[in-house]
Amino acid sequence: MAIPKVSGIETEYGIVVRNADLNAVTASSMLINAFLGRTETRTAWDFFDEQPGNDARGLLLGEILAPDIETHLVNTVLTNGARYYVDHAHPECSTPECRTTTETVLYDRAAEEIMRRSMQRAKALLPNDGEIVVYKNNSDGKGNSYGCHENFLVDRAVPFGRLVSQITPHFVTRQVFTGAGKVGCEAPGSVPGDIAYQLSQRADFFEEEVGLETTLKRPIVNTRDEPHCDPAKYRRLHVIVGDANMSEVATFLKVGTTAIVLSMIEDDALGNDLVLAHPVTAIRQVSNDPSLRTTIALANGKRLTALELQWELLDQARSWADRHGLDSVTVDDGKRILEEWENVLIGLERDPVSVANVVDWVAKKRLVDGYAERHLLQPTDVRLKAIDLQYSDLRADRSLASRCGLRTLVDHDAAVRAIEQPPETTRAYFRGTCLARFADDIVAANWDSIVFDVGRDPLRRVPMMEPLRGTKALTGDLLASCANAAELIGRLSETAPT
Amino acid sequence: MAERTKKQRPTTPREQTSTTETEAAPAAENADRLKAELDGLLDEIDEVLETNAEDFVKSYVQKGGQ
Repeated sequence: MAIPKVSGIETEYGIVVRNADLNAVTASSMLINAFLGRTETRTAWDFFDEQPGNDARGLLLGEILAPDIETHLVNTVLTNGARYYVDHAHPECSTPECRTTTETVLYDRAAEEIMRRSMQRAKALLPNDGEIVVYKNNSDGKGNSYGCHENFLVDRAVPFGRLVSQITPHFVTRQVFTGAGKVGCEAPGSVPGDIAYQLSQRADFFEEEVGLETTLKRPIVNTRDEPHCDPAKYRRLHVIVGDANMSEVATFLKVGTTAIVLSMIEDDALGNDLVLAHPVTAIRQVSNDPSLRTTIALANGKRLTALELQWELLDQARSWADRHGLDSVTVDDGKRILEEWENVLIGLERDPVSVANVVDWVAKKRLVDGYAERHLLQPTDVRLKAIDLQYSDLRADRSLASRCGLRTLVDHDAAVRAIEQPPETTRAYFRGTCLARFADDIVAANWDSIVFDVGRDPLRRVPMMEPLRGTKALTGDLLASCANAAELIGRLSETAPT
Repeated sequence: MAERTKKQRPTTPREQTSTTETEAAPAAENADRLKAELDGLLDEIDEVLETNAEDFVKSYVQKGGQ
């Protein structure tokens, strides 16, 4: 039976410095410190359990290929349970773990608000109109890409090989509604002007079907085996193939449909009929065709368009939901996901412009095409690339995405509250609440533990190996009744782990 | 399963072209509304788009990440 699809999103933001002499690493640090200066006591990230070199396929290539853990850079935990840090010269914010897709979207929006506040506070600190600007996109148009990764709790019992072959068709074809749109092409060997516009920011950068890499030769399915929870029971599927979305509905669809397809794979309800013949070729074929007519080859010799494949997945998802229920994604969320999924496919099939209020690549293309027509511009005109970049500018007075009528799911006040308050139905509640209440006594924290210093040696590590424990229901009364961290540690020693 | 699928799916573009005239009128209105909306949006872009697009695009260089 499919297990609860706890999820989260980590976003590396593009960063630009204006009127100040700061490199990207310093500027990223400044954003984080400016944000923390007013609302947070800084608690360090605990790297104790970080093993990005572990490979889900059991190979031992890690030392060579895995990204370095940059322990010297600014890295902190927020009271909403999120992690805010500098990664590879980008500011990065990882949402807390969420039980529902709706909450994951809320915390992704809260992360945007965190970036916006960081920009405003850094600007106030910089002299001479200095400014640091953040972009929620995935490429600079010059061959450099940075990620927006989704993470899903997956049952360790599912054979990894089956997981790879069965999730890949979704990753290749979901671009039709998750693509953030891009002017131009950055695939190796491409010639300027060949591809005027494509669906995805990221598709150009994927060169392998499966692998451990995240910065070079990126694979469609990443094998990083770092569950940040009980490794005997769970995997964390680290999805690196997605775009960062400005559209909240697109984020909802990206996370929600993937959570459902993963649940189907756990229940062995998705056969091999949709397995692709050449996923790396197919991901570019889909991205490079805004007409959505291109067909891609399946392993069984058939050819389908991305939309046809998505319809098949949706049909099978409905049938799975009838037989198994929607508990893994929660019933309310599951129904909404299936409904939005159907609506976006209907809209894309009828006329993509009809979903310009939902799908980023369509919204952006409408601006690009309209602007080119108004000013009689060639497809390679630099102003069109400027629209592409500025679409994801997170400054309210500059963002183009915020102007083009995207339908929202998140109430602004709720997003502001989520900057400080954690979700209540995962261990993020315990992490965030401990940081809000006892920050002075916390030495470090990470996804699966908190290290307390309550004045007695040794330091006390509180493990949180179960993502669905540490919830408000399980720990709310305990936390509320403890006056300080020492009392909490004492009480926890008497009871079962959180 | 396949039967149910066919019923749920929208009409194809070819079927849409054969819609009656009564349906075509609101569609034209809708197209006008969308056009006006886009014109307003493009006016805004003219106002807020980076003034030196060439410099902006050229200087937008990022370090590769994950």
